Amino acid sequence: MIRQCAILFGCLAAGELVVYLTGIKLPSSIIGMLLLTTLLKVGWIKLEWVKGMSDFLIGNLGFFFIPPGVALMLYFDIIKAQFVPIVVATIVSTAIVLVVTGWTHQWVRGKSAKKQM
Amino acid sequence: MEFLKNQFFLIFLTFILFFGAKMLQKKSGWVVLNPILVTIALLIVFLSVTGIPYSDYEKGGVMIEFWLKPAVVALGVPLYLQLEQIKKQLLPIFLSQLLGCLVGIVSVVLTAKYLGASNDVIVSLAPKSVTTPIAMEVTKGLNGIPSLTAAVVVFVGLLGAVFGFKVLMVGRVKSPIAQGLSMGTASHAVGASAAMERSQKYGAYASLGLTLNGMPTAMCTPSLLPVLGVG
Repeated sequence: MIRQCAILFGCLAAGELVVYLTGIKLPSSIIGMLLLTTLLKVGWIKLEWVKGMSDFLIGNLGFFFIPPGVALMLYFDIIKAQFVPIVVATIVSTAIVLVVTGWTHQWVRGKSAKKQM
Repeated sequence: MEFLKNQFFLIFLTFILFFGAKMLQKKSGWVVLNPILVTIALLIVFLSVTGIPYSDYEKGGVMIEFWLKPAVVALGVPLYLQLEQIKKQLLPIFLSQLLGCLVGIVSVVLTAKYLGASNDVIVSLAPKSVTTPIAMEVTKGLNGIPSLTAAVVVFVGLLGAVFGFKVLMVGRVKSPIAQGLSMGTASHAVGASAAMERSQKYGAYASLGLTLNGMPTAMCTPSLLPVLGVG
C-alpha cells in the first residue's frame, strides 16, 4: 500500500515539478499519468506494484466528483440566468461528440481493415 | 446543530448517501437514478435545508476531491495495458480522438454563443468533455468559472452514462470498440464507469477515450477560443 502510494504520488509530484519548472499549460496529473505509463512500459515499475491502488482509484472515480458537483449550489444564480444556453449547448455537443467519435473510428477502421484484406 | 458542520460528519454523509444511492439504483434498475447525481442532489438539499454554507462542506469535500488527481495518474495503468491494442489501431483511434476533441469544443462554444451565453460561461463550457481536474485547470487558465466547469463536467458525465448508449444506437455506432471509445471521449470517467458496467472491453476503450481526449483538449482550447471569437 505504501509502495503503491509512493509510486502514484511520485508521478504526480514529478508532474507538478514539470509544471513548476516549465510553466506548461498541462495539468500535472496528466503528465504524471504519462510518466506512469512510460515507467511501466520500460519496466522500471512492475504492474503489481500499482495495480491494487490504481484499480481502487479508477473504480471509484465517480465518487471523487461529488464535492465539485455539490459546488453547483454556489452557481444557481448564473445557471438560472443562462440555463438554456448551458443545458442545450451541453446536450447538443455531448451527443455530437459521441456520434462523431464513434462513427470516425468505425469508418477509418473499416477502411484500413479492407486494405489489409 | 452546530455539529452538522463537522467535516468528518459531512464526509461520512457523502459516503453513506453514495452507498444508499448505489443500492437504490441496483434495486430499481433505473439508469436515471445515477448514484453520483442522486448523491449530489441529496447533499445540496441537505445543505440548503440545514443552512450549512458550501464553504463548510468544502472542508470535508476537499479530502474526497483530493483523490481526483492521483486517480488521473492511476489511469496510466489501463493506458499501459492497452498500448498494444492502441498500436494496432493507431490511425482510427488518433483520427476519432482528434475529431471528437475538436467537435466537442467547437460545437459547445458555437451553440452557447448562438444562444446568447456570456463569455465567462462559454469559456467554462469549452472543456466540458474531459475529466474534472483537466477541465478545471483549462478553465482556470482562461479566466472562466472553474466551479461551473466542474458542475457541467458532472452533468456531461451523467448525460453520457444515462443516454450515451441510446445516442450511439440512434447514430448507428455499432462496434463495441467505437462505442466504448466514444463514451470515454464524450463523457470522461462517468461515461467510462457506465461502459465498465457493460463489460471490461467497453470499459477499457472508454478509459482510453477519456485518457486520450484530456491532452488535446487541454492544448487546443486556449488557441481555439479566439478563433471562434471568444475570449
